[in-house]
Amino acid sequence: MEILNLEGTEDTPKIILDKGNGIFEISGRSLPEDSAEFYQPVLDWIDEYSKDPNDSTDFMIKLEYFNTASSKLILDVLSALEDIDGMTIIWYFHEDDEDMEEAGEEFSELVEIPFEFKTY
Amino acid sequence: MKYIFDLHQTMLDHSLILVYEGEFTQEITKSVLAMAERNMDSSGEESSIKRKVFNVMVECLQNIVKHADDVEENHSAIFMIGKHENEYLIVSGNPILKGDIDGLNKKLENINSLDKDGLKALYKDIIKNTQISDKGGAGLGFVDMARKSGRPLEFDFIDMDDKYSFFCLKTSISRA
Repeated sequence: MEILNLEGTEDTPKIILDKGNGIFEISGRSLPEDSAEFYQPVLDWIDEYSKDPNDSTDFMIKLEYFNTASSKLILDVLSALEDIDGMTIIWYFHEDDEDMEEAGEEFSELVEIPFEFKTY
Repeated sequence: MKYIFDLHQTMLDHSLILVYEGEFTQEITKSVLAMAERNMDSSGEESSIKRKVFNVMVECLQNIVKHADDVEENHSAIFMIGKHENEYLIVSGNPILKGDIDGLNKKLENINSLDKDGLKALYKDIIKNTQISDKGGAGLGFVDMARKSGRPLEFDFIDMDDKYSFFCLKTSISRA
């Protein structure tokens, strides 16, 4: 399956979705002008992956900032991951970033996927 | 030339560290964010406070960008940051159609009537049940600003002419 690899910019996150190497990562800042357009390739990739996923998937989300339009799309991403067996979300937050910790907790309450919380 | 000094004095009187007046775009948003971030970095601001200010700035600026086209003639808006001993103030003003006042007023009054748990419930309700608008908004901006602030959002509508009012919004982030 093709690898989705997007370099991070000052307003968009770095994204690596690599089935072969088992790397699934969204990290950095997410405040694009058009979040729906930005996340569409990610949703498309997950849709494809869900047809033949790995036995287990650790999906890492390590965001420094995200805007509210992105939060809606992050929920869409999580919803797309929800039906994949063996899925775990690894939610990273900076150790003094209570808002990002709370954001992760809220997302975990909105979808039926196990979340693991880690600080950096 | 007196207006130069007057403007300078006004900025000092209100402890404004950044003022931008003009058209708002995503490119401008990024520049304003970068400037404010640099200012907070160089003054050694605590990272938790910096993040809250940054978050509120993003929502505030992107609101203006998204709704600039609602106004036909003059899109010019203002954005500023005040830095006081005990708080940051993130302040914006932009022209809106008079017909939009009631809706905005209701939305903001509702947000201001809610406590921490109420805001959290409203946030979760909106994120679950609404789709991204044609303008790219999730309808969560004000709720998020109120949550990051922990205080009511201050707002006012100033008459401009028959068609437009100037929507002023002030969000504070405590430095304590």
